[in-house]
Formats: sequence, C-alpha cells, structure tokens
Amino acid sequence: MIDLIINGLSVSVEEGATLLEAARFLGFPIPTLCYMDGLSPYGACRLCVVEIGEGPRAKLVTACTYPAEEGLKVRTASSRVIKARKMILELHLASCPQSKTIQDLAAAHGVRQQRFRQEYEDCILCGLCVRMCEEQMMAKAIGFRGRGQNRSIGTPFDIQSDVCRLCGGCMYICPACQLRCTYTEPEKAVCGGCENLSPPCLEKEQFDDMMCFMDPCVACEIAKD
Amino acid sequence: MKEENFLSIIGKHQAHQGGLISILEDIQTRYSYLPEQALRIVAQETGFSLVDIYGVATFYKLFSLKPRGKHLISVCSGTACHVRASSGVIEEFEQRLQVNAGETTPDGEITLVTVNCLGACALGPIVVVDGYYFSNVNRQMVGKIIDNARAGIDRVDVDTDERIFPLEVSCPHCNRSLIDKNFYIDGYPSIRVTVSFGRRHGWVRLSCLYGSYSVEQEYEVPIDTVVNFFCPHCHAELSGVLDCTSCGAPMVSAFIRGGGVLHICSRRGCKAHMLDLHGASL
Repeated sequence: MIDLIINGLSVSVEEGATLLEAARFLGFPIPTLCYMDGLSPYGACRLCVVEIGEGPRAKLVTACTYPAEEGLKVRTASSRVIKARKMILELHLASCPQSKTIQDLAAAHGVRQQRFRQEYEDCILCGLCVRMCEEQMMAKAIGFRGRGQNRSIGTPFDIQSDVCRLCGGCMYICPACQLRCTYTEPEKAVCGGCENLSPPCLEKEQFDDMMCFMDPCVACEIAKD
Repeated sequence: MKEENFLSIIGKHQAHQGGLISILEDIQTRYSYLPEQALRIVAQETGFSLVDIYGVATFYKLFSLKPRGKHLISVCSGTACHVRASSGVIEEFEQRLQVNAGETTPDGEITLVTVNCLGACALGPIVVVDGYYFSNVNRQMVGKIIDNARAGIDRVDVDTDERIFPLEVSCPHCNRSLIDKNFYIDGYPSIRVTVSFGRRHGWVRLSCLYGSYSVEQEYEVPIDTVVNFFCPHCHAELSGVLDCTSCGAPMVSAFIRGGGVLHICSRRGCKAHMLDLHGASL
C-alpha cells in the first residue's frame, strides 16, 4: 500500500494505482474525456489535471497517467487546477463545439465563453477509438496518421481495413463524433443548453420533441402533462 | 517492383529489433516512395500491424507515399531561413517548376518539398538538392540550382574535375595489365575483368578514371548483387582482404602500376572504393 495525501486527507491506495484511480476510489471527482476503465491511460485530453507537490514546486500533471507515489500531496480541485481545466475545456470547445460530451463538461465547469478561433472538427484526437480497437476489439484497424496539424485518425490508405469487423466500438466510445449537441448555433460555440435553468425548448414550441439530451428533459416532461 | 525485392530489404533488417524505420528507409531509397504493396508486405513479414507502419510512414517527412521525382529539392522554411526570406526562394522555385511545394513536376524529374529545419541555420536560406547543400540561397540562384538538379548534381565532369585521374591496374596474381586499349570508357582505355553472378558469366569494363562510376557490361547485373571478379588472363579471383565499410560486401583488389592497391566494392550499385598507396591493407 502507498500512503499519500489527497486534498489534505491521508489515504492509502494499492501499489500501481494512478492518481485518477485513487481519487475516484475515494470519491474525489475528476473529469475525464479520454479515460475509460479497461483501456490504457493516454493523457491526451488533459482534463484530469491535478496539482502535485507544494509551494513553488507544485505542478500540474495528468492524473490518469501519474502513478501514486509515497507521501505525494495531491490537490484535485485547487484554483490553479480549476483554472487550467476551464482553459482546456475552452480549447476543446474551440475545436469541437458539436460534441455533447464537451458541451456538458463545459457547462458543468461554468465555461461561459470561448475566445479562440472557432473550428468545427469532429475529432479531438483523444485516441479512445484507437485504444478501443486495439485493446478491447483486438483489431488494430484504425490508428493515428500524420503529425502536427495534419494528425488524424483513420485506416491506412483511407480504405476499409482488412481487420475491421465493423463492431462499431470506435463510434460507441467517441466523445466527439457521436453524441451531437443540436442546440449549438454555428456562431456561438458555448451552448450551455442542458445546464440552463430554463430549458431552451420551452421557449420554442416547435421544438417539443427536440433531442436536447437532458435527462429527464424538463420541457418534454412538462409538455406531457 | 517485385515482391522479392521487398523481401530482401526486409530480410536485411529483420535481425535488428525495431528495424522498421530502416526497412522503410531502404524501400524509400530504392523506389523513391513507399508503395502500398510494400507496406502490406512489410506488415506481413515483420508482424507490425499495418496501422502502425502507416503511422510511421506518414509521421516522418522523409517518407513519401506518393512517387517522387528523380531529383529532390528541399527548401528550408525553418525560422532562421524564413527570416532570411526563404519564402521568396520557395515562391521562385514554385514559379519556375510550375508546381506547388510537395509536388512533383509532370515529367517526373523534380520533386519540390519544404522542410522545417536542416540544422545549418547560420547558412540560411538553405536548399538541399539530392543531398548537396546550397547555402545563402537567393532568388537569383534558383534557376541555376534547378539546372544543376536536372543535370544530376553528383555528375562529375571528367575533363575539368581534378579529383579524377586515370589508373593503370594489373592482376595481383599474374601481374598482367587489366587495361583494355581497344575499349574506351570516358575517353580512356577501360579496365577489363570477368565477373560471375548467379549462373551468369561475362565481361565487365570499368572506367579507369578514379572517381568515375561508368561501366559497360555483357550482362546487366541487377542492383545489390554481389559479384565475383576474375582476372581475364589467369582466371584467378580478384578477391581482397577488406570488407566494404558501407555495405559489408567483400572488396575486390587490384595492383596499381607504380605502386599501391585499388579496392572497389563487389556489390553492384555500391560506390565504395579506396586507394591504398602505402600497402597498409595488405
């Protein structure tokens, strides 16, 4: 067992556990996009940043890839961490505003603006689908290609791979390309719809059955009565 | 483009762990690009998945999945070269060649690419043509560089280059001259030897100019074949004691009239050669 201090609380976790596993086991919430149980951690989305160390030597690390160390002091929600997470979400929003998962996280973290040049990508290069394909489906049909600005995920030569069984695991797991946030207006990236106290479809009657992904959707529940 | 060519390249590097990049490098050198078929064969033979190989092939600028021209012109667009106006040089190249950066001229002669840093920033803007560096390039020099590239940058001018001089060599066994005065190459009598490879047996005439790679042969020897050289007079094999430093094939030795030994690599296509005037290698 390894003893460490998470948010001022002395805890002990099993050897080999990452900070994310330790914190989640103890009930400290850490948001993630590119992490999933059963897949190797990758540290791509940077959303799980936590602060380790003290004073001027404190630094931000990704909790999903950082192993728990003896005597480590971890803060999962310091002001520096929250600030960094907000910025990361803002950057994610700048590239992928249609993602329902990202919009929800942004709303939950109180991100109310997006100050970067707006792009409309449908991939955040988190590598979940690549790892899903390789580690759970044992296929290795898709992978990363190119580098830098031209980095993308896909099959070799952009033709259907011989090893792909069309299992759909890559689409199931994707945080960006599957669940679409339908309330995003192209000119404003921050939707916040699902978090708004007055649901958007209430004001617009023609959107009675709109898929606003609220669970349960207040507007639709009211409309039923 | 034959499967066994790829297989021989793969076989050469299979022994080394993680020889993937070396394999791809060799294929790229041989065909000037990575054919899809080649990547599939590499995947099959090495056990790497095609996805990983494709990832590596698209990651490095060195590799190209599209056929490249005979000559490669790389213009540096790194920070230091950029501030010294390499963008103008790139523009000039694009205008003169009528292609964009990253494309090949329609005649398949020249491929123009931009690279990010060549590590010789003090000499910028830098242009590399088939491995030869041009420094402090400006727009006026572009036309000349293109002419140079088209003519073949490593072509040696036999008449004016001082590094080129004729040698008279003889068989180390029977000491008879190998020079054939009836057959001229590069304007000089040629060196006549007999070679055998596979089941073929025939003559080969080499240029006697040290530094020239001109050769005439009875049978076309395939690239990368290691051939055995024989004296046409006493039929003894002209084997030496040295191995080629660049490819590992045995080197062939012959005496030079006036003293010294000439070593040349016995692999077709390998340009390694050596002049030993002190007899240190004997």
